[in-house]
Amino acid sequence: MDLESIVKALNLKVRSGEDKLKAEIRGGYTGDLLSDVMANSNEGDVWITRQVHQNIVAVASLKEHAGIILVHGSEPAKDTLEKAVKGGVPIMVSDLPGFEVIGRLYALMNKTG
Amino acid sequence: MTLHEIRKLLDAEVLIGEDQLGMEVNTAFVADLMSDVLAFATAGSLLITGLTNPQVVRTADVLDIAAIIMGRGKRPSQETFQLAEEVNIPILTTKYILFEIAGRLYARGIRGCIEKVGSK
Amino acid sequence: MGGNFDNAGEVSSNIKTVLKQIGLPKDVIRKAALVAYESEINIVSYARKGMIRLRVVPDSIMIEAIDEGQGIPDIEQAMQPGFSTANQKIREMGFGAGMGLCNIKSFSDVFHISSEVGKGTHLRMIIRASSAVLNS
Ligand SMILES: Nc1ncnc2c1ncn2[C@@H]1O[C@H](COP(=O)(O)OP(=O)(O)OP(=O)(O)O)[C@@H](O)[C@H]1O
Ligand SMILES: [Mg+2]
Repeated sequence: MDLESIVKALNLKVRSGEDKLKAEIRGGYTGDLLSDVMANSNEGDVWITRQVHQNIVAVASLKEHAGIILVHGSEPAKDTLEKAVKGGVPIMVSDLPGFEVIGRLYALMNKTG
Repeated sequence: MTLHEIRKLLDAEVLIGEDQLGMEVNTAFVADLMSDVLAFATAGSLLITGLTNPQVVRTADVLDIAAIIMGRGKRPSQETFQLAEEVNIPILTTKYILFEIAGRLYARGIRGCIEKVGSK
Repeated sequence: MGGNFDNAGEVSSNIKTVLKQIGLPKDVIRKAALVAYESEINIVSYARKGMIRLRVVPDSIMIEAIDEGQGIPDIEQAMQPGFSTANQKIREMGFGAGMGLCNIKSFSDVFHISSEVGKGTHLRMIIRASSAVLNS
C-alpha cells in the first residue's frame, strides 16, 4: 500500500512531499519522543505523532520513513514545513486523534497485507 | 472491552490492578506528551504510552484515566510503581509497539477520545 | 518545589483529594486538578521555588501559582501552542510540548498571567463550579 491510498482513505491533508506519495508503506510507528522513534522505528514506516518540532523532519529522513502524519489537528511549525518541503519528506495532517488514525491505518494495512 | 480481555489481546502483563480486571473500557488515548493527554483524554479512557516515569501516573490520576498500558516492553520505574499503587491505577505492560496496541484495540471496538474537554 | 521532579504533581493530587472531600462535581475537580498540575510542572521545570494556592468559595475555585524564578520574557510567545524552552530532561518526562499554558487557559473560566524576568511568574485561574456543571 502506498501513501496516496492512505491519504484518500483517511482524508488526510498533504502539507509537503506531494511527489513522494507513491512511496510504499511497510509499517506504522507511533511516538512523540524523538529518541524513541530514532531507536525503534523502521525504514518505510509511516510515523504518527503530535510532535511538530522541526527535528521530526530530520528523524523521518534519517530513518527513511515513508512519511509523517500529524494528528489531532496539529500543523507543522513554520521551519518544520520549510525543512520538509526542501527535503521532500511527506507531512500529512489529520484532525482525528492518534488512536483513531492508527486504528484505521492498521485496519487498511492488514486488509491489503 | 474488559481489562481482562485486553490483557489477553495484547499478551500483556498486569503489574498493578489484578483486582480491577473486570473494568470495562471503551475509549483510549495514545501519546507520549503529557500535555497532549491533559488537553484531550477523557475520564475512563485507557492511556497508551511509551513513558514510564511517575508523571504518567500523576497525569492519569488527574484525568481519572481507567488504566495505563505501557508499550515497547517498558516497565515502570520503582517510583512510578509505588505511586500507581497509591492511587490505585492499573498498569499493564506489553512488548508490542504503540502502533500495534492501538491497532489491535481499535479492531476490537475501542475508539479514540474525540470529545474535546475544556472550552476549545 | 522548583527543580525537583520527584514529587511533581503531589500538590495537584492533594488539591484533588481536598476538592473531592468538599464534594464538588467531578468535572470541576478534573479541571482544577489539571490546571494545578500544568502549573506545578511549569514551576518545577522553570522556577527556583514556588507555591500553589487554592481557594474555594461556594460557586468557584481559585488557583494561584506563584513562583520565584527566571520569569517569562515574552508572555505572548510563551502562550503560543508549541512554544517551549524545555530541556532534554523535561522532554523525556513527556513535557515540553508547549501546550501547558494553553491548556491552563482553556480549562479555566478566568485566566491571568503576569511575569517579571529574573523575579518570577504569577498565574491566577478561576474555575466556576456552576458553569462547569452546566457544560457537563
Ligand atoms: N513558571 C514559569 N517560569 C518561567 N518560564 C515559564 C514558566 N511557565 C512557562 N514558562 C515558559 O513558557 C514556555 C511555555 O510553557 P508551557 O507550559 O505552555 O509549555 P511547556 O512547559 O514548554 O510544555 P508543556 O507544558 O506542553 O509540557 C515554557 O517552555 C517556558 O519557557
Ligand atoms: Mg508546561
